[in-house]
Amino acid sequence: MSAVLPLARLMQGNEAIAEGALAAGARFFAGYPITPSTEIAEILSDKLPTLGGKYIQMEDELGSMAAVIGASLTGLKSMTATSGPGFSLKQENLGFAAMAEVPCVVVNVQRFGPSTGIPTAPAQGDVMQARWGTHGDHSIIALCPDSVQESYSLTVKAFNLSERFRTPVIILTDEVIGHLRERVCLPQPGDLPVVDRKKPPAGLKDYKPYQPGEDGVPVVANFCEGYRFHVTSLVHDESGAPSTNPVVTDKLIKRLHDKLMKNLDEIVLSEFCQTDDAEIVVVAYGAVSRSARRAVKEARAEGIKAGLFRPITIWPFPEKEIASLSRKARAIIVPEMNMGQYRLEVERAAQGNTRVTGVNKVTGELITPSEILAAIKSL
Amino acid sequence: MQQEVQKYLRYDKLPHIWCPGCGNGIVLGALIRAFAKIGCNQDNTVIVSGIGCSSRASGYLDFNTLHTTHGRALAFATGIKFARPELKVFVLMGDGDAGAIGGNHLIHAARRNIDLTAIIFNNSIYGMTGGQYSPLTPQNSRASTASRGTVERPFDLAELAKAAGATYTARATTYHTSLLTKLICNGANHKGFSLIETVTACPVAYGRRNKMGSGYDMLMWQKEHGIPVEKAKKLTPEELKGNFIIGELYKTEAPEFTEAYQQLIERI
Repeated sequence: MSAVLPLARLMQGNEAIAEGALAAGARFFAGYPITPSTEIAEILSDKLPTLGGKYIQMEDELGSMAAVIGASLTGLKSMTATSGPGFSLKQENLGFAAMAEVPCVVVNVQRFGPSTGIPTAPAQGDVMQARWGTHGDHSIIALCPDSVQESYSLTVKAFNLSERFRTPVIILTDEVIGHLRERVCLPQPGDLPVVDRKKPPAGLKDYKPYQPGEDGVPVVANFCEGYRFHVTSLVHDESGAPSTNPVVTDKLIKRLHDKLMKNLDEIVLSEFCQTDDAEIVVVAYGAVSRSARRAVKEARAEGIKAGLFRPITIWPFPEKEIASLSRKARAIIVPEMNMGQYRLEVERAAQGNTRVTGVNKVTGELITPSEILAAIKSL
Repeated sequence: MQQEVQKYLRYDKLPHIWCPGCGNGIVLGALIRAFAKIGCNQDNTVIVSGIGCSSRASGYLDFNTLHTTHGRALAFATGIKFARPELKVFVLMGDGDAGAIGGNHLIHAARRNIDLTAIIFNNSIYGMTGGQYSPLTPQNSRASTASRGTVERPFDLAELAKAAGATYTARATTYHTSLLTKLICNGANHKGFSLIETVTACPVAYGRRNKMGSGYDMLMWQKEHGIPVEKAKKLTPEELKGNFIIGELYKTEAPEFTEAYQQLIERI
């Protein structure tokens, strides 16, 4: 495989996402240029055709999300990459992918908003948009890397989860991690597991593409691989045909919810760092968790029992983990480059067991370790 | 012929949702006759549609069918065709679907000359939402959002697609069904982006407001106002006013997008 890289090298976060996608088997990218995600498109436009894959620069973000879904329906592992304004436009067809259960990966390298904001500055303002950006109740997975190395491994994981659960998976990174260059040691091909979507056995009579397995995930055939069926984002029955029947509707929406919520063990990834005896727990994700890690180390050096909990899967929310931390900690601090989007979720999961405060920075700059340390010391 | 045609329909999904007098069923009929004529293989053909009355047609066709979001059918179809160029892809859209919300995808699919066969059901109105004017509603016609008649000028989608780079454009009506079937066959056999516009009747949401009578009366209107391309050449712009040209409007050869990309892959 020509995508094999030397074991250790200097790499940029966005580049690691592109390389991770190739290692996961991605062979289709459709996108639209936008800062600060463009490197992903640039790298894949160059590398995909060398692997027989396809790169297309669509006329807009709406179309690129649509093309990704079309390609995935034929069986190609497909992705797109964007940032805030483009992520807003992707929402329409992200909902389609959730409803019609089409595996795909959407990278959002978060930049400062709202609207066009500061295109080159980092932020974490799309946390709630990642969860609820498309209309209607739907389930979603969002992963949040905190290093270049993890940008690579989580991209592989994102494809694996999208193929396993037939759902769009969002890689919610940020400008800091996207443009960060650091040493990475990439795994050898075969070291990271690569998951491919299930296919139905040939020759089934009365094949129903949307009939769920025991895990709630249907085995939808790729287009033109032996079965003919209908795909729509209208409410549909197990054959794929549109329906307005209340029983069919209720069953579908609850199944889409349950197929993720009942398989959290496979989906929720998180890191606990010195939380066992921690009186103050910092909950941080993405670039901010790097500052938080440093702040916790410095607090420990000063004799403060601090710890870091880092949600890697930020959606679905690590409910159990936060609830359990909240029962032991004297306080939880949630530093974020937004006005407190994740803090509210942490507060909800903490159920009043402990005090939850935020460190919120909306200057277009990364939160520093000293800002988090100051918050730790103030408690 | 009957059997050859019927195999393309999902009988268990009928009856369709269209109103009495609607022309969409006639377009669907022409489409399946065209499938039979070109010997369309159901197992390597994908039918993609947008949103609107006409786009429900995909659900009645026994293929791999994809009913997408409003305006985006061509973008989904681009993903399918680009991912697997060996598949035949038809795209069914309405006039608002293709000309307004999907206008950007239309001109860029045409510009790329990607091998898709786009069939536009032009009923001059947004039918499913109850009769709002579309970019193809004739000027001064009434609509539920234009009670005094539309002020806007309409698009000519065939001209638009041609200017954007489409290599095959044609127009027929639901009155001229043999012509329509022939044009769909020609479009499907053409390598590159082909657009076939079909003038179809919406007596409920458009005809009624514009005193055009029943579905039958609207068919007769199509018969009288659709001027064959050969005849149109002999008429002055003045004589053509209020009419529209039917037949094969434009045909040329140009490199096709997925083939050109395949050549790039092979060059590496």
